[in-house]
Amino acid sequence: MLERLPDLVNGNTALVRRGRCFSATFLVEVGPRGWLVHVRDGRVTSVERGPFRMASWSFALRGTAEGWAKFWQPVPPPYYQDMFGLLRQGELRFEGDLLPLWANMLYVKGVMGALRGNGGAS
Amino acid sequence: MSVAFEPIVGRYLPFAFQGRTYRLYIEEAGQGIPLLCLHTAGSDTRQYRALMNDAQITQRFRVIAFDLPWHGKSSPPAGWHEEEYKLTRDFYIEIIVAVARALELDRPVVMGCSIGGRVVLGLAADHADAFRAIIGLQSSASPSAYYDISWLDHPGVDHSEAALGAVSGLMAPMSPETERWETLWHYMQGGPGVFYGDLHFYTVDGDLKDRLRQIDTTRCPLYLLTGEYDYSCKPEYTLEVGKAVPGARITIMKGLGHFPMSENPALFRSFILPVLDEIARPG
Repeated sequence: MLERLPDLVNGNTALVRRGRCFSATFLVEVGPRGWLVHVRDGRVTSVERGPFRMASWSFALRGTAEGWAKFWQPVPPPYYQDMFGLLRQGELRFEGDLLPLWANMLYVKGVMGALRGNGGAS
Repeated sequence: MSVAFEPIVGRYLPFAFQGRTYRLYIEEAGQGIPLLCLHTAGSDTRQYRALMNDAQITQRFRVIAFDLPWHGKSSPPAGWHEEEYKLTRDFYIEIIVAVARALELDRPVVMGCSIGGRVVLGLAADHADAFRAIIGLQSSASPSAYYDISWLDHPGVDHSEAALGAVSGLMAPMSPETERWETLWHYMQGGPGVFYGDLHFYTVDGDLKDRLRQIDTTRCPLYLLTGEYDYSCKPEYTLEVGKAVPGARITIMKGLGHFPMSENPALFRSFILPVLDEIARPG
């Protein structure tokens, strides 16, 4: 569950440092389910589970359930080891204001990757 | 001296090419059959550090690599600040031939990765007689963009972070962490707009599909090795090249990604040594 992100991210000193200038809310979609991830200075302050009627977010990572499930396997199969692989496979879309995403790409990858081997969104 | 230097030696070469003068950085190790190595987009010769430190290779091969202009320790030409850097197909093919000629390499083996794996197909088509054998790593014949590369050269985004973000996932997850991060460091040290400019070749001006039919592997053997985790140049793209080029020898490398020689040198060695053995075999 993405609700575990504060525990998985905030104790990771290197990851929090990587995101030290990142404060934003982003939407993660795993198939039909959605979560809003609120980040301040690299720490995940809270995670809200959808559905949402009036969500505000900076950018969205909209992925298929199958794509994310492979991404979160302990050893992902070829092409599914990274969010860009999911993009390449048509299993993920980036939407919204992509400037903060690109400026903090490795941090966001690290946040999503923190769920690897932890059951992902299951 | 009590220190143990690596056997790699680097030098700078003033190099006149197509009406401009470049200051090229060239490094090498070993002796024997010249093996000219081409780095990937936005990176530099350090990607071949393990090959140049491998005595089993350098006792038979003179391994040489040069930083393309704008890359590594090769400077951009005078006036660079007033132009946009864009790598084009013809410039790329011809500068490799010109460097090999200037160094008086006797029919070298050429090996390139990614954009280098693409350009060697052009060398095979246009300059087969100049090379002893051609090795493409992560080779594909045609452009296929899958993300908006303009973010790599955007004033609002640190270009080294953008390059890191774009390529960090291209390696196999089981590649050793130290080598993965060494590979990424090279990317982070690229100049602004250089990775982006190289991808002009990879995504726009670098289609070699039409030239594949000119490749005659009886004149110059062609080896193509591709890591299975590479979603930029997927193994299927290399296999497509193989279908168009009779005699091309293809290996899909399990457990490797887009930077095989740099992300996991020990595993890459198990794939490249048999190829080099075959090339070095007399007769």
